[in-house]
Amino acid sequence: MSSNVITIPGVQIEARPWVDELHQWLTTVDHKRLGILYILSALLFLVIGGVEAIIIRIQLIHSHNNFVSPQVFNRMFTMHGTTMIFFVAMPFLFGFANYLVPLMIGARDMAFPRLNALSFWLSFLGALLLYFSFLGGGGLYGAGNAPDAGWWAYAPLGARAFSPGHSFDYWTLALLVSGFGSMGTAINIIATVLCLRCPGMTLSRMPLFAWLNLVMAGMVLLVISPLTAAQIMLLVDRYLGGHFFDTQAGGSAVLWMHFFWIFGHPEVYVLVIPAFAFASEIIPVFSRKPIFGYPVMVAATVSIGFVSMSVWAHHMFTVGMNSYANSFFAITTMAVGVPTGIKIFNWIGTMWGGRIQFKTAMLFCIAFLFQFLLAGLTGIMQAAVPFDWQLSLSYFVVAHFHYVIVGGILFAMFGAFYYWYPKMTGRMLSERLGKWHFWLFLIGFHMTFTVMHIPGLLGMPRRIYTYEPGRGWDTLNLIVSIGAFIQAIAILVFVANLIISYFKGAPAGNDPWDAWTLEWSVSSPPPAYNFATVPTVASRRPLWDQKHPEDPDSRYE
Amino acid sequence: MSAATVSFPNTAAPWQLPSRGKVAMASLIFAEAAIFTIFVVAYLFYIGKSLTGPTPREVLEVPIFFTVCLLSSSLTIHIASKCLQRGKQGGFMALWLLTIVLGGLFLYGTGMEWHRLIYEHGLTISTNLFGTTYYSLVGLHAFHVTVGLVMLLTVAVFGIAGRVGVSQSGRVEVLSMYWHFVDAVWVVVFTVVYILGR
Repeated sequence: MSSNVITIPGVQIEARPWVDELHQWLTTVDHKRLGILYILSALLFLVIGGVEAIIIRIQLIHSHNNFVSPQVFNRMFTMHGTTMIFFVAMPFLFGFANYLVPLMIGARDMAFPRLNALSFWLSFLGALLLYFSFLGGGGLYGAGNAPDAGWWAYAPLGARAFSPGHSFDYWTLALLVSGFGSMGTAINIIATVLCLRCPGMTLSRMPLFAWLNLVMAGMVLLVISPLTAAQIMLLVDRYLGGHFFDTQAGGSAVLWMHFFWIFGHPEVYVLVIPAFAFASEIIPVFSRKPIFGYPVMVAATVSIGFVSMSVWAHHMFTVGMNSYANSFFAITTMAVGVPTGIKIFNWIGTMWGGRIQFKTAMLFCIAFLFQFLLAGLTGIMQAAVPFDWQLSLSYFVVAHFHYVIVGGILFAMFGAFYYWYPKMTGRMLSERLGKWHFWLFLIGFHMTFTVMHIPGLLGMPRRIYTYEPGRGWDTLNLIVSIGAFIQAIAILVFVANLIISYFKGAPAGNDPWDAWTLEWSVSSPPPAYNFATVPTVASRRPLWDQKHPEDPDSRYE
Repeated sequence: MSAATVSFPNTAAPWQLPSRGKVAMASLIFAEAAIFTIFVVAYLFYIGKSLTGPTPREVLEVPIFFTVCLLSSSLTIHIASKCLQRGKQGGFMALWLLTIVLGGLFLYGTGMEWHRLIYEHGLTISTNLFGTTYYSLVGLHAFHVTVGLVMLLTVAVFGIAGRVGVSQSGRVEVLSMYWHFVDAVWVVVFTVVYILGR
């Protein structure tokens, strides 16, 4: 493949001083740089959130442990949850969407580059606000130094009386500010996908990645908004003496739960749909087959988007809703499993009969498939209301949603790293370290989160800072904690791989995986202007058409 | 082999895509509609749940004149942007300024109503649930009207400087989408607060 970079003969580009380089990065509006900034900030907070998880697991490693105080324990699980959802998962996915969507649809940049930069810095400011609470959270009351009401902050825990000081204000503002950032990015993704496609790239020829991110962006608009509204109400309560969630003045604590979960549950799908997007690009390439059932994949994604908007109250079966509400939310929750199941069958259908290459990226995607299936199955178990009454707020639930977020989303995200890192840096990630990363993380993951179901079934509640000996939880918790350490080691291997490969990795070339979407047609890393000339496509796999002019896909459309 | 920029035969059909400004504004409106929905739900949920007075029936008066002002401003901005598309600068400026006046009147009406509620009836945001939900919902809407007015004024300043021509009509239309949305929200807020809520 010839390179797509414009070079001007006789012109030498001098290396800029590092201050200039830094200035370029801080003021950039380039979608690729912003994508990388998103991913780097997510990596930073992944490590911070991971340290908090490790602190939680050390505290629970045996009964009556005194590693941290109950107060600190509460802060740790609150910060861990908030960080991982808002400042790790979201930025990771937005980062990849930012970097890849314009490249995949043959565009020069996102639709609104400056809005894009604003969105990134808003969400980063949100993260800084959250962590500033450790310093400034005491406030004039001198009480509290980090939010400790859990990541869903049930009323009245968020009220002034129960969260004095400013720690909780930082939590609210962090979510509000980063929410505005998320909305900006979502608007940008929608406008980019709908308005900047290169000639020939009809909606039915878009890579699934672009389709799924379009659905994700639409969901973000509908999902982040209730959270934003609820945070505004909470601020009114805290600062202006309002009574939205003040039960003593007739307000309702349950209303907060509804508002939070109208955000909270679809948020899971906001996070998992981009993970589906990664799998939908990586699995076909390493199976050497086009994706199986493209239109059905799109339809299933859109229907997940719709159905997932009507399942939120399955988080509230134990609150005491009436039986009609319980039945409705149980049925919708089970229904959302249908389109998800369709997707899993399609990925398997893609792999079926393919010449599968077990590269690290593919290994992560295969693990994603199995683990996400299991996570979905425990989800359906909990959709059964009586079962949920028994296990709600137990470690079974914790195990379930970590199966979704770590076993599903994070595994797919690691797959995306191994697949697109060569495009972003021009260097291959080491396969040897990658295999170490994969197997260590897989073992650690199952030691932690598969085993964690059992103490849940035995009745161990979540969010307790310690427990009595002799309930049969000790050994299980020890195994869970050891698994957490193995995962931490795997993450260190991963970070080491990122750093070492950046300097010493094998040069990637334009198209190391012999892939089919447009981002692989440009150099690695792509030039600032992406495409020297605007590409024109005639099928879903433009690079296949180009490599196989004797048998192009476009012939079969 | 050449680069990926090879053009294929049979793809020469004209390539039309929607305007990014309109798509983005439609997305923003979608998100804003969701935010307002949550506030409306809270308002409806808390109707009649206040533990102390004053109640809506005692203190609220239906602001018919100011509602007419705001709703008719939707018509004026629509005709203004049509004028701009056809290159009628004078008609555009006149109707644009009229829109601003109508929007300003509406805000004045909200201000007067709040003044009356606070000073005559002692209803503030912390008085009771009605106060909390009323000031939040109406205030959120008034905030959007204010933002809209700031943007309308910006266009007016450029217009007076003679910088708004046919080539800007696409952007003006995006702004008018926002203004229509603000009006549509008022229809909902009006129904909920002044009809259902009383």
